[in-house]
Amino acid sequence: MTDSASQPVPQQTFKAPPSRLREFWSSFRENRGAVIGLFVFLGFLVVALLAPVLAPYAPDAQYRDALLVPPFWQEGGSTRFLLGTDALGRDLLSRLIFGARYSFFIGLIVVTLATTCGVLLGVIAGFAPTWLDTLIMRLMDIVLSFPSLLLALVLVAILGPSLLNAMIAIAIVLQPHFVRLTRAAVLTERSKDYVTAARVAGGRKLRIMFRTVLPNCLAPIIVQAALSFSTAVLDTAALGFLGMGAQPPTPEWGTMLAESREFILRAWWVVTFPGLCILVTVLAINLMGDGLRDALDPKLKRS
Amino acid sequence: MSEPILTATNLKRHYEVKGGFMKPNAIVRALDGASFTLTPGKTLAVVGESGSGKSTLARVVTMIEAPTDGELIIGGRKIGPEGASRDRDLRAMVQIVFQDPYGSLNPRQTIGQTLMEPLLLNRPEIGAAEREKRAREMLGMVGLRPEHFERYPHMFSGGQRQRVAVARALMLEPKILVLDEPVSALDLSIQSQVLNLLMDLQERMDLAYLFISHDLSVVRHLADEVLVLYLGQPVEIGPKEQIFEHPRHPYTKALLSATPVADPLMRKERIKLKGELPSPMNKPEGCSFNPRCWRRLDICTTVEPELQGHGHCYACHNPVPEDETAAA
Repeated sequence: MTDSASQPVPQQTFKAPPSRLREFWSSFRENRGAVIGLFVFLGFLVVALLAPVLAPYAPDAQYRDALLVPPFWQEGGSTRFLLGTDALGRDLLSRLIFGARYSFFIGLIVVTLATTCGVLLGVIAGFAPTWLDTLIMRLMDIVLSFPSLLLALVLVAILGPSLLNAMIAIAIVLQPHFVRLTRAAVLTERSKDYVTAARVAGGRKLRIMFRTVLPNCLAPIIVQAALSFSTAVLDTAALGFLGMGAQPPTPEWGTMLAESREFILRAWWVVTFPGLCILVTVLAINLMGDGLRDALDPKLKRS
Repeated sequence: MSEPILTATNLKRHYEVKGGFMKPNAIVRALDGASFTLTPGKTLAVVGESGSGKSTLARVVTMIEAPTDGELIIGGRKIGPEGASRDRDLRAMVQIVFQDPYGSLNPRQTIGQTLMEPLLLNRPEIGAAEREKRAREMLGMVGLRPEHFERYPHMFSGGQRQRVAVARALMLEPKILVLDEPVSALDLSIQSQVLNLLMDLQERMDLAYLFISHDLSVVRHLADEVLVLYLGQPVEIGPKEQIFEHPRHPYTKALLSATPVADPLMRKERIKLKGELPSPMNKPEGCSFNPRCWRRLDICTTVEPELQGHGHCYACHNPVPEDETAAA
């Protein structure tokens, strides 16, 4: 605005303090990567929600006359199948679009499961007597001592390979991080004077645990949840690739990779596009998570 | 003088600490036998250096921790080592203001929520509208503006936060307010504002203050009575004038001589104490002050002195003579 300087002084003398959300957004916006990540993430979300509208074909419809057709810009490709078809003549683009649904579904369920259990256990460990605290934390150490994918594989082997079991396994693998994080935050907050003040005011233990202390521990948990989302997507893809996750013909990105492994030299597109989707989603979520951390962690905040 | 609202008799608080592998557990005598009374409208100041048990005393009186031994009578009700059933009435009697205004307010609660919480928890019969009205009134009483009601603690300065902390403590209309170094985290100019507010509120609400401080000039300004703690034990207790003009215990005298005086021409006899405060886990035998005392006698290393005197009491075998103290 060029003419604003000539205008009289604005009348507002009291500027309302910025709301928490506004403050958060202004510091989140400074991180360009995070904003790009957020928009890519939102883009994928829209695609996932509108999959039936956006996809040109059903994900499992086979076109016997068009096996392994290359993408449209390559010789032999046509605009009928924009990103080509796989070995069974299914449209790759439609399968990728429906695959986004699975990825978000998986991410959401896994993160919700892991966060709820993890935070609950963490708060309990932070307030519990020493023996219970030790018990919980040593159990978590045991879970953490396994390579995460290996443990997930073992769990799936016990439970049987399916998408649901893969999600449960990954949630169990991710959950110790939440327990540790929550417990550490609870221990620092618990010793502060405002908690004692709430106790002097007559707050009962449960109220102090969940109303007084927990809201003050949320920032690192939110960040961890965002970053776990990408781990969940990646690990499910890995389990799918190993045949332990979603079973064909589910259009899940990892499973699609596994199915098309043998065509990697003949038809590059059947492997590249699902892999690219996984890469972009995970990258976007990680960038967003980093931005969240910078914006929510007061220690990194520039004021 | 009116009836005391709180009587503490031989109050003790010991902590057990793990001695480590194959070592017996040690006992920290953080508070080791304090007796005093609090009277409505009066201020008892507790002074002593770091580690002398001041904050432990605050926690015991506020019933955050039960005393290990001794008893506490608050408004006619007895609280012993078995702890108290901290019901509403008792809680409403004693409230506390903490030292650090940055840690004592919940950062996720608005000032209004912070003020209304004690009422919500203890007076469920009060409706939401009445609760808010009372909180807003209290906000005005501690000198904050109505628009502060919806703000969060991080938008306030230290002095304003301490006002909020005072307001929260007063919401339940307590009879006793424990002030645990309420101004030592504040600027000097803000200190006097908060102190004046506290004195004003005391007069208006007839509060009994237990004022904990290591700042003797603040104590001189505010206190009616002074209790000097050393290693968890009271070494001298008495009216403010007596303590400041005629300290009898060598430790009190040393403490007083360490207060800076705003007069560059005045010659001061500064008594320098040697050594550190001994560990409360391993107290010296006899008088606990004897390793650092310049008036030590043989008896001091063997026999523990009792508090003696009436009104103005001191625990010392070889007190500073009264005529000598008058000069200081």
